[in-house]
Amino acid sequence: MGRALLYSVLCLLAFYYLLPLYVMLITSVKELDEIRSGNLLSFPLFISFDAWSKAWSSSCTGVECHGLSSYFFNSVKMVVPSVLISTTLGAINGYVLAKWRFKGSEIIFAMILFGVFMPFQVLLLPMAQTLGWLGIASSTTGLVFVHVVCGLASTTLFFRNYYVGIPDELIKAARLDGAGFWRIFFKIILPMSTPIIMVTLIWQFTNIWNDFLFGVVFSAGDSQPITVGLNNLANTSTSVKEYNVDMAAAIIAALPTIMVYVFAGKYFVRGLTAGAVKG
Amino acid sequence: MSRSAQEAQYGFAERWLPRLVLAPSFLLTLIFLYGFILWNGYLSFTASRLMPNLEWVGIAQYQVLFESERWWVAVKNLFIFAGLFISSGMVIGISLAIFLDQKIRGEGILRTIYLYPMALSFVVTGTAWKWMLNPGLGLEKLMHDWGFTQFTFDWLVNSEMSIYTVVIAGVWQSSGFVMALFLAGLRSVDDSILKAAQIDGASLTRIYWKIILPALRPVFFSTLMILSHIAIKSFDLVMALTGGGPGFSSDVPATFMYAMAFTRGQMGVGAASSMMMLATVAALVVPYLYSELRGKKNGK
Repeated sequence: MGRALLYSVLCLLAFYYLLPLYVMLITSVKELDEIRSGNLLSFPLFISFDAWSKAWSSSCTGVECHGLSSYFFNSVKMVVPSVLISTTLGAINGYVLAKWRFKGSEIIFAMILFGVFMPFQVLLLPMAQTLGWLGIASSTTGLVFVHVVCGLASTTLFFRNYYVGIPDELIKAARLDGAGFWRIFFKIILPMSTPIIMVTLIWQFTNIWNDFLFGVVFSAGDSQPITVGLNNLANTSTSVKEYNVDMAAAIIAALPTIMVYVFAGKYFVRGLTAGAVKG
Repeated sequence: MSRSAQEAQYGFAERWLPRLVLAPSFLLTLIFLYGFILWNGYLSFTASRLMPNLEWVGIAQYQVLFESERWWVAVKNLFIFAGLFISSGMVIGISLAIFLDQKIRGEGILRTIYLYPMALSFVVTGTAWKWMLNPGLGLEKLMHDWGFTQFTFDWLVNSEMSIYTVVIAGVWQSSGFVMALFLAGLRSVDDSILKAAQIDGASLTRIYWKIILPALRPVFFSTLMILSHIAIKSFDLVMALTGGGPGFSSDVPATFMYAMAFTRGQMGVGAASSMMMLATVAALVVPYLYSELRGKKNGK
């Protein structure tokens, strides 16, 4: 295959992947008249950020018209504790399952692992009732709880697979030197864990920020995350469909995870290579 | 502290601390995954409608489910969607990985471009594609403006074709991820084998086809697992793009379950449908997990 052909195929594909982002961006800065008179790809004649401020603070999601800002902060309040708790638990579980095996620990690992694949639809009805009994239904606390429980499987898997690759001799040597369970974890294991911590943080952040299912089922008005807000906004039927506001809202909802990818994406790819998703 | 006391202390720690540390996660898994599966299974045999109702009705809810036209539309859609989503995602992802593996200038930038859709939520993807594919102002108008006045593209509002728009958006979103997984795999293939093959005069196509891709079988299987799992669980994309419509023509089991359990007051049917989803996933995953864990043990 000629190099020129190769590069043109690659660029064409890059264009295809960038197209929706380009369309979202230019649509969000166009006026409604221009959207109707121009077309999908036409460059805006003048740029206006009105749609952005409307999406952020005054667009209607159903009957309420407060924009997406409160949904955005709900998501922030939900994502930070969920990611930190599930990652910490995953690291400790992975450490035990890889380096402190005991009778039955492989079975426990297999049981936890099934949680990675299981369709969460099965949990929805019992979880809804349980959150009600615990008094955390329709609250951010409830969502954090659900995300921690459901994220445990993947974080444990990531850390376990990574820690299996750390030589056992290191642990043995440390134990001869008199280091115990926690000391080995904090002094030896944790300092070697940066790549897998990055992968897990990125993975969990993206998954939880982007979650829609739990958000739509387990939250109400003042705890709904940004994905639910965006969906409500885009599907609110009004007489005039404001595509520019929809697109600005979509970009606002996507911005945090895109930032994470642009600035930390290389750690993610590097971490994948380091065996996080080894077959 | 004397040496024997020290050893005794570690003995105790080694025995109990790991179990104690693992216990909370184990309990959470036991109660909230396995306990809830049983609970949901129980609900699927009860007369629950708007509220849980403990009256046992045997397989009546499953009968309702299997006689529902909407369910079979959802199942058929899942097969169409999963088949096309997985095969196209794989082909595009693997091709991208092979192309990028040819010592490309600006590989980092291209990789980021191909991978970024994966950072977006399916709700964002759905909203964006819904705008691009809408017949009034989207792609159709663009083609008309460019002079192709006969061009029509109404899949989004055509109940025969709406599920295919979900495939388009889904493949766009996930193929970059497949590329990342395979690129990682390609980079881990031993260079010396390739050099040897090249010296023997094998062509590049032949090297990939006969040596490299077979070596990536594990990556292929884990990607297949990940993609089928995304397909079976896919809910957000359908909700944001078509809402299951027009009518229920683009429903999938996940949106069917949501509609029954939370908007139509048919909790028993919803529970039954989610048990069917679980059974499908379990049939795929349990043999895979079994071979994985056994393989790893033997490998040691």
